[in-house]
Amino acid sequence: MSVLVNKDSRVLVQGFTGTEGSFHAEQMIAYGTQVVGGVTPGKGGMMHLDRPVFNTVAAAVAATQANVSIIFVPPAFAADAIVEAAEAGIALIICITEGIPVQDMIKAKAYVKSRPNCRLIGPNCPGVITPGEAKVGIMPGFIHRPGTIGIVSRSGTLTYEAVNQVTKAGYGQSTCIGVGGDPVNGTTTLEAIQLLMADPNTEGIIMIGEIGGSMEANAAYWIKEHGTKPVVGFIAGQTAPKGKRMGHAGAIVGGADDTAEAKMKIMRECGIYVVDSPAFIGRTMAEALQKRG
Amino acid sequence: MNLHEYQAKEVMSRFGIPVQRGKLAYTVEEAITGAKQLQVETNTPIFIVKAQVHGRTRQRRRHQIGKNIDEVREKAQAMLGMTLVTKQTGEEGKLVSKVYIAEDMYIEGKSKPKEFYLSILFDRSTSQNCIIYSTEGGMDIEEVAHETPHLVHKEWISPITGFMPYNARKIATNLGLSGEAFKSCTKFVANLYNAYVTTDASMIEVNPMLKTADDRIVAVDGKMSIDDSALFRHPDLLAMRDLSEENPTEVEAGRSNLNFVKLDGNVGCMVNGAGLAMATMDIIKLAGGAPANFLDVGGTASAETVEAGFRIILKDPNVKAILVNIFGGIVRCDRVANGIVEAYQQMGNIKVPIIVRLQGTNAELAKKIIDESGLEVHSAILLSEAADKVQQVLAH
Repeated sequence: MSVLVNKDSRVLVQGFTGTEGSFHAEQMIAYGTQVVGGVTPGKGGMMHLDRPVFNTVAAAVAATQANVSIIFVPPAFAADAIVEAAEAGIALIICITEGIPVQDMIKAKAYVKSRPNCRLIGPNCPGVITPGEAKVGIMPGFIHRPGTIGIVSRSGTLTYEAVNQVTKAGYGQSTCIGVGGDPVNGTTTLEAIQLLMADPNTEGIIMIGEIGGSMEANAAYWIKEHGTKPVVGFIAGQTAPKGKRMGHAGAIVGGADDTAEAKMKIMRECGIYVVDSPAFIGRTMAEALQKRG
Repeated sequence: MNLHEYQAKEVMSRFGIPVQRGKLAYTVEEAITGAKQLQVETNTPIFIVKAQVHGRTRQRRRHQIGKNIDEVREKAQAMLGMTLVTKQTGEEGKLVSKVYIAEDMYIEGKSKPKEFYLSILFDRSTSQNCIIYSTEGGMDIEEVAHETPHLVHKEWISPITGFMPYNARKIATNLGLSGEAFKSCTKFVANLYNAYVTTDASMIEVNPMLKTADDRIVAVDGKMSIDDSALFRHPDLLAMRDLSEENPTEVEAGRSNLNFVKLDGNVGCMVNGAGLAMATMDIIKLAGGAPANFLDVGGTASAETVEAGFRIILKDPNVKAILVNIFGGIVRCDRVANGIVEAYQQMGNIKVPIIVRLQGTNAELAKKIIDESGLEVHSAILLSEAADKVQQVLAH
């Protein structure tokens, strides 16, 4: 068991023939992900990486029965790509693209929400991986091991850090979900945690957040009421000054309640094992699981 | 990207929004000429001299009244060259290099002028645009929200329908307006929302939004921020960017495609990925130091980007050590290690200790490259090791 993606996921790559799309499609195929084709407008009919290329998502879905799409389209066209995928009936849309205008994302997110059985992950995220089954993202596959720890994160390399620590501590991962570093997230931290909480194969959850917004606090309040598994949490940006954007478009302290300190306090109060140092994420997860027995 | 008041008003005017008129001046002479022209054009009896700097400050520091041309000279003279401390500038403050000479809008007539507050911004918690408004205009809205929360109203705009005329009618009603003023207000709000969406603004704030004695609604002040991710489709707005308002090192880093934020600590850092970069800053603090910067070198940490990163960090005399933290996923650590050695040799005399932590693909090989380079570089693989080394280096 796992969430969102598995060995049966039929994956379409939007922006298939571009540099990023080609590189990561190749990596995903090498990992064993079922990449069934790709979309590049104007290049329909071509073959690329031994897979068919289509002009539209609708045509690709009709020919390949794809149910997952990963988007590498440049920021100016990415919201269009998301809406096109949703309209074509794709159930899980994973958008890697960074730098999509907020006003575009407001509309794209609302459209995805209005479709039955359609979910968007990202944008500005590393994607989703179920180790040993499917990698639908840009994360390095080799650091992951199949296992029982679910990871939810707003960042890329910091997630790899956590994954690596978990693997080194002798555990593996059920599914790792990158919800993205933008202010608009198709799937929130809370929604990702709910998926992992309901997954019978996930025994512990790592939640990695950062400054800005209220996603971690919302998740923490829910965990307090409904949590059934140990959750380890870290919030990046304890030293970030107010009002300065820290790389991610969404990583900016707006007021008193979206600082790292404020979020960590709420998370602790809700029973989450909060670590001050990102060096102790793996170790703390191991301790939490042992305590549970 | 932030706009100045005079720029925000220019943009608003394009959308048919009535604004308080004014003239921009870089010198005292320009201020006087501007004031004279303004008098001819608007018949204004007095003048408001407004400092044009980004960030929030107390209004009485930023706005001064000039009752006549002589007083405009006096106030402009005092203001130009003065340093204003805002929440954004830090303690060193910011030099005032331009002032805006504006007309008086508060002339009494058939009714009393009344100030309101209105802003439009993106609300993260609902992923919707939101109009925030209040009858308590001309004051710090955060204070109003804190002390009298029932006087701050919010109107969320559905992403499905976009702005609807009833949204504006609700606002005008809640502000207690009637007759001509009600009509002016609904038009003002509709046009302002159009300006907000069309320019890809992330925030527009009109404080005060004034009902004049003759029942017109006018923007007396204006603040505007544009979504950086959308600037590619607004070359006209990008041209308004005022680099003198930004940190020069950050501007330079931007030219090398480095995502850099200047901070005031003693340990510089260079990291791939924004989340890991923030986490590395936190590690520096836990190790007893303070981060001197945020620096995300992105996915490809090549010799060129590493060298550019070192140069930018070393501009800061407070930097006592540098921590490089790279998680090699797609990018191989041995390549990064070679890049660091190359950059180090290229630069010659780096006088501060450097701690390099490389983890991920080929991390062991990378550590070997660093250790055998003969350079004054400490290597680490575990994040906890890196933290310990920072602590050791700072203790020296």
